[in-house]
Amino acid sequence: MILAITNAEAKYVAAAYGAVFLVVLLYVVIIALKLERLERELGELTERAAARPQPETERREKVPVA
Amino acid sequence: MAAVAALAAALVAAALALIFFYVPSDADQGFSQRIFYIHVPVALTAYACFGWGAWKALRHLWKREPGADLESYVAIHQGVIFGSLTLITGSLWAKISWGHWWLWSESQLVLFLVLFLFYGAYFMLRYSVDPGPARANMCAVYAVFGVILIPISFLAIRLANQLIHPVVFNLDGPQMSGSMFFTFCVSLAAMLALAATLYHVELTGKRLDARLRELRELLA
Repeated sequence: MILAITNAEAKYVAAAYGAVFLVVLLYVVIIALKLERLERELGELTERAAARPQPETERREKVPVA
Repeated sequence: MAAVAALAAALVAAALALIFFYVPSDADQGFSQRIFYIHVPVALTAYACFGWGAWKALRHLWKREPGADLESYVAIHQGVIFGSLTLITGSLWAKISWGHWWLWSESQLVLFLVLFLFYGAYFMLRYSVDPGPARANMCAVYAVFGVILIPISFLAIRLANQLIHPVVFNLDGPQMSGSMFFTFCVSLAAMLALAATLYHVELTGKRLDARLRELRELLA
């Protein structure tokens, strides 16, 4: 049976599927922004770790014991 | 996670193709009945997320499983997202089918709203308490209590006297043609796979965030 599609029906169906698509898209954008922030923080921590002074034992000059 | 994401993408594409190019229009509701293939799977996915969140909360309380609190939180977050989509798609379907955006006389609608608001309040509780074992325990107890609302919400439509909201699954099986049921099953699988993908993505992000915080404290 072929039923005619009214304009209103098409609008509501499009709105329902569009809402799901938009919410999922928004969610993905939020997660992407969060990952960007985490990547930036990881970069800062890596820099901080690299700039940290080496522990005393590693900086000490090696001398023969006997 | 990549495999789940690929499966979700394939299933969503297949579901959309089936909905718009394969399944026939309903004799009563016509083209607008196609909202059923997104509304019901999204609602069932929301129930599944809340159920998973309660299960993880129970594991936290019972077995003290490490990370179960975070997993419960992420599952409930997913449930609230899918719950809000259920309310949006349901309202759109109600408007085109019944002529109303919302009917307070419908138990199914009101109970789903109660379930949604209950889990919405979970975040108020979580963010009003300082992080730690006390917060994890409180949130777990709250999440476990909320799961009681799921069967009530699911069965309300079958127990209610006013039956404006359609019943398509009863004891005699699905009340629809084979092609419609197949399309519905693919849509449900697509939504569950999509939820699983988003769950894993969010959980990975949260775990990474926690580990970075630990690292920051170590370097301070």
